[in-house]
Amino acid sequence: MLQVSIYRYNPETDQQPYMEDFEFDTQGRDLMVLDVLEQLKARDSSVTYRRSCREGVCGSDGVNINGKNGLACITPLSATVRKNKLVIRPLPGLPVVRDLVVDMSMFYAQYEKIQPFLQNNTPAPAIERLQTPEDRAKLDGLYECILCACCSSSCPSFWWNPDRFVGPAGLLQAYRFLADSRDTATDERLSRLDDPFSVFRCHGIQNCVNVCPKGLNPTRAIGHIRTMLLTRAT
Amino acid sequence: MDMVTAVTSLGRNGLADWLIQRVTGVILLAYFLFIAWAIAGGVDYPSWKALFEQTWVKVFSLMALLSLAAHAWIGLWAVLTDYLTERLMGSTGNFLRITSQLVIALGIFIYVVLGVQILWGY
Repeated sequence: MLQVSIYRYNPETDQQPYMEDFEFDTQGRDLMVLDVLEQLKARDSSVTYRRSCREGVCGSDGVNINGKNGLACITPLSATVRKNKLVIRPLPGLPVVRDLVVDMSMFYAQYEKIQPFLQNNTPAPAIERLQTPEDRAKLDGLYECILCACCSSSCPSFWWNPDRFVGPAGLLQAYRFLADSRDTATDERLSRLDDPFSVFRCHGIQNCVNVCPKGLNPTRAIGHIRTMLLTRAT
Repeated sequence: MDMVTAVTSLGRNGLADWLIQRVTGVILLAYFLFIAWAIAGGVDYPSWKALFEQTWVKVFSLMALLSLAAHAWIGLWAVLTDYLTERLMGSTGNFLRITSQLVIALGIFIYVVLGVQILWGY
């Protein structure tokens, strides 16, 4: 029997959060962590979490699984369970709404801050803004982010300064628009990042790279932003 | 919420702090390798004194001393603005942070003055 331990907290009834233990029979199958949650919810409908697409595309079910952030729907038990234990907690560093559901407001506020949309002040062409295949290739590894918050909520710098440090997810998207050949707001974008917190609170520990369920590399993107800031200033 | 500035950061801007931190880090590494190399060769009082009577060693040491001061200021500023903040502790955080910064500034200042005195005063 798999020993499952789940973080429980209902602010309306609980004085404080607690861990609830469940016994779970996998019947020898290598389920995804989300399957386990679904079956436990069938047993106890008060178990609360977010989920939607169940295939790693929507980014809703980011949780902390055996100490490592990831998407429950694409994390197989075989990849995470050691010594027959499965411990599921909400993403760290964000306020808990209930059980595994966290308040993502601070995460989204940072995303909003980097203005995640194409800005181009030249007259719009008749059909569309063209881009060479080479320029388009620069966006690979950047645009795939699904905003699950696994990276930012694994980053100590984001834990301490979620109001001032943009965080890995936001910075990956910041670079996605800085690197876009069709975007003409590069200078304004860089000016907004050139303070001691927004970018430079990153100390390069690469927790973000370690957890990203899409295999993206925010640390590298942050390095590119630093280089752009340095090039602009020297 | 736009640009965040911090009047107590050394370079007043993220890029300056970052660059100073990297450059001073390299200088400190070079200096500590040099000192390690000097010690590894075996030292006694006369040879150590002779080493530090050379002007270039004094200049190099002063450079390392000032680098350490800047490096420590930036590094500790980052630590303090992580852990002693208004967000975590309310206005107590601000009080503790500013107080710590003053103590650190005083410590660094004393360190630099003493270092200069030891290097050039004898």
